[in-house]
Amino acid sequence: MLLEAVIIILKVVVIYIALLTAIAYSTYFERKVVARIQHRIGPNVTGPFGLLQPIADAVKMLTKEEINPALASRFIYLAAPVLSFVTASMAIAVIPIGDWINIGGQRIQLIISDLNIGILYILAVTSLGVYGIVLAGWSSNSKYSLLGGLRSTAQMISYEVSLGLGLIGVLLLSQTFSIAEIVRQQSGSIFNWYIFKQPVAFFVYFISAMAETNRNPFDLPEAESELVAGYHTEYAGMSFGVFFLAEYANMITVSAIAASMFFGGWNGPLLPPVIWFVIKVIIFMFIYVWVRGTLPRFRYDQLMRFGWLVLFPIGILNIMITGLFQAL
Amino acid sequence: MWQNLKSVFLAIPKGLSITFRYLFRRPITQQYPKTKPKLEDRYRGLHYLTRYDDGTERCVCCGLCAAACPVDCIYMEPAETDDGIRYAKIYELNELRCIFCGMCEEACPEEAIFLGHEFEFSSYERDDFIYTKEMLLANFDKVEKDRVAKNIKPFIRKERQEFKIPAAPIGH
Repeated sequence: MLLEAVIIILKVVVIYIALLTAIAYSTYFERKVVARIQHRIGPNVTGPFGLLQPIADAVKMLTKEEINPALASRFIYLAAPVLSFVTASMAIAVIPIGDWINIGGQRIQLIISDLNIGILYILAVTSLGVYGIVLAGWSSNSKYSLLGGLRSTAQMISYEVSLGLGLIGVLLLSQTFSIAEIVRQQSGSIFNWYIFKQPVAFFVYFISAMAETNRNPFDLPEAESELVAGYHTEYAGMSFGVFFLAEYANMITVSAIAASMFFGGWNGPLLPPVIWFVIKVIIFMFIYVWVRGTLPRFRYDQLMRFGWLVLFPIGILNIMITGLFQAL
Repeated sequence: MWQNLKSVFLAIPKGLSITFRYLFRRPITQQYPKTKPKLEDRYRGLHYLTRYDDGTERCVCCGLCAAACPVDCIYMEPAETDDGIRYAKIYELNELRCIFCGMCEEACPEEAIFLGHEFEFSSYERDDFIYTKEMLLANFDKVEKDRVAKNIKPFIRKERQEFKIPAAPIGH
């Protein structure tokens, strides 16, 4: 009993440290890749190849002054970034990074908790991230923050629908909510991956995931160049940084779900399962950065129309057709 | 609707393929203080006043460079040696005012003033940018040392020009 508790705590600690490192280095990865797309070099001064850049950034963020707007609702103002980061990092708990392994006679599953409603849990927890944004916008006592917060809330709620619809396509086939079980169903051959059975669902899921994590080309919530930043206008120092940690945590979560649900998660030949999982997540992170380096931003009405009039019907249609085939 | 689908299925992959190709190109960034930029031969930087091989200066203080200078950044006062060779007693060049157009270089009949490749001559004092004759000659010594080290052929004539009395005009 005690041993099991220790194992769970160890898993939590290891996976969260890995997640935080991954968040830190995905900023570095993004800067490097975008730089290369734009014929630049990117960070290369701090440490070899600039590898210490995330640490330097963290030190900078932590030592900067925290500015609280005079009439801000102080408690909510400080709680909002924490809320968005906590909800973003909670989702990783049900994502399997590997199958059962044996260590010293102990069978351990490389997942913090194999919930039988894993997907529902993820959808529920990531939806809570909207609260962080809308509360940040409201509590800053600034019209730009409020408008930015409303803008991002509308966007995230709209695309959450399509995000769910994309996942339901896979859930109809897998008949289970447990992500580990879904990954196990895709083992064996590459053609067991759900991407080949549900390409449309993947299309819908991936595009709405980009919108859901406020990434380019859907990054209206933080459109630096044409709108005042948005919900984090009034934030400074680490509370500003935490919003970005949340964004990268969301990106990693969404990439991990895409890898698990559509691309066979830890399945793969030769290399250990964990390595395969990490490779797939990195490929998705690369696609995120690649798209960011390529596409311009949507206009707000285009964004809404695309979400409701294109992605949503495609998602519904996909579910109907999949359901029909399942029923036959 | 059809237009939208067309843009999704054709234009976006095309854009993505372009950026993907760009990933593997060499960055064009120059890491400036570490690697110096490659300057063209005709780059116009800090001036220098040349010397003959025996170390005497070429400038005869004719004032053509000062006359050619569009921003009047050259000031000079002439003098003569005992052998009757004219030289510049004072030769001052205000590098802050200079626009590095190279007119002085083109105007000079004695091949005495040139614009070199030096461009890192910043200073905290404005006075430091008034380059005197000695400083400009020192610049030449530096350039010359560099030229000898790199074994580049000199591009200016060696000999002092003989002054010839013009032939008497042919009478009518």
